Amino acid sequence: MDNILETKIFNVTLERLLLNGGQTLYMVGWSLLFGTVIGTALALALVLCRKGGLAENRVIYTIVSVYINVVRSIPFVILLVTIMPITRAIVGTTIGSTAALVPLIVYISPYLARLIENSLLEISPGILEAAQAMGATTPQIIRYFLIPETLGSTVLGLTTGTVGLLGASAMAGYVGGGGIGDLALTYGYEKMNTPLMILTVVILVILVQLLQLSGNALSRKLREHR
Amino acid sequence: MIQLEHISKRYIGHGGSVDALKDVSVHVEKGDIYGIIGFSGAGKSTLIRMVNRLETPDSGTVTVDGHRLAELSKAELRQTRRKIGMVFQQFNLLESKTVFQNVAIPLILEGADKEKIAARVEEVLHFVELEDKKDTFVSQLSGGQKQRVGIARALATEPTILLCDEATSALDPQTTESILQLLKRVNREMGVTILLITHQMKVIQRICNKVAVMEVGQIVEQGSVLEVFGHPQAEVTRRFVRTVINDQIPESILDLVHGELRHYRIERLKFIGASVKKPVISEICKTQDLEVNVLGATVQEMQDSVMCVFILQLFGPEEKILQAERLIDEAAVLRERVEV
Repeated sequence: MDNILETKIFNVTLERLLLNGGQTLYMVGWSLLFGTVIGTALALALVLCRKGGLAENRVIYTIVSVYINVVRSIPFVILLVTIMPITRAIVGTTIGSTAALVPLIVYISPYLARLIENSLLEISPGILEAAQAMGATTPQIIRYFLIPETLGSTVLGLTTGTVGLLGASAMAGYVGGGGIGDLALTYGYEKMNTPLMILTVVILVILVQLLQLSGNALSRKLREHR
Repeated sequence: MIQLEHISKRYIGHGGSVDALKDVSVHVEKGDIYGIIGFSGAGKSTLIRMVNRLETPDSGTVTVDGHRLAELSKAELRQTRRKIGMVFQQFNLLESKTVFQNVAIPLILEGADKEKIAARVEEVLHFVELEDKKDTFVSQLSGGQKQRVGIARALATEPTILLCDEATSALDPQTTESILQLLKRVNREMGVTILLITHQMKVIQRICNKVAVMEVGQIVEQGSVLEVFGHPQAEVTRRFVRTVINDQIPESILDLVHGELRHYRIERLKFIGASVKKPVISEICKTQDLEVNVLGATVQEMQDSVMCVFILQLFGPEEKILQAERLIDEAAVLRERVEV
């Protein structure tokens, strides 16, 4: 017992636990970042191009909306294997945490787009009218009116999205992405190590609780003055 | 300053089409406080939005400060809009921001530098008497204070025109009065031309010098406030006038009048502006030897003048009453015989 990392918990080393935990954070973190950027862009396209929007455009609206619906109707495990050629083209491999990012981002960005769209639609039409009356350009309306006024609600949506992402990242273990889900499947389920499986479930539950609590707190802070 | 010429606008919805505006023309001169009054659905919101092109007409032209709006490019339209402030019934402020940040927004959009923004915001907040609320969040303000912020924001870019869309309709009577006085100061001290829409007669009466009365997409009457409200022609105008000037005989008195056995006539007299000074009533008492009973009387201030309405019951022989009517007409006092 000279190295603390060699400590065994339910037959896996602490090192293994930390490594897989880190992989989960890596996958969730990066795909949340890219997913939010892409999701926001898609959401803005929907909100601006919709009927009665600031830049009404039926073609763009329909394309974006159909794309989102198509991707969202594919279960993640199937999406994961279907887009493997694309993953290989981008990352060079289909195995590992970084390779898992590609399907995770493709999977989560349309979901986040719908959540952000809902938030953006909460803005009162009067605010947009006031912005136009002031002579604001469309980018200015997005930057100074649309996004700041709906940020609290967007944060709540992103929290919901992150929880979904955590679930999806567990499945990424399937393509060698590692993570807590992989721990549960490879070391727990396949080796019939029930206590380990329970441990991973507990870790996931705690993670989701922490995410939701901090998301709520941040959103409340942003809405404090509303 | 603002010329709306033959504006028509039709909305096509599921249940057919609605003519929001039918051949409407309005001319607002520099320095006017021009009020458009109408019940909801009269088309006044659509009309006021023509001035900053939030709405576009199907036909007709809108000219603001010599520029025909339809001929402006998008960038030129934005420039023009920055010279037209707008105030809303629901304030439309950014709830997540402070008073200062709200008032600063139009200046930020213009790309003004920080010192200029700070100085100008300070100046307009002082004007609307809210300098002590600078760092307060908008959500913590009362309705009247929010509207002051709305006015300050509209004035930040030093506009020449201010559009008020039912600016006092969400406020209580006392707050309404203070906002109206503020708008009057905006007009007098800053030289800003104001075009407002309202369904409150009080607003017209307190601050406007010109008025247009709208009903189902058309202007039924327009002119100076004294002119239009002194001689209301359309029924809708009369209804509005009645909301501030009661020219009807009170119900309780009506019963007494019906029980009267002697010969009498009832006359409604309106004194406006200069005619207020004429001693007509004492004259008919003296020269025609009539008995005069006052059934109702109201005095209202309007556009820095007064308008009085008297309802008189005249007792005496018919020829004396006819003589008295002639005297009243000669004195240029508006008179109408009331049958009860």
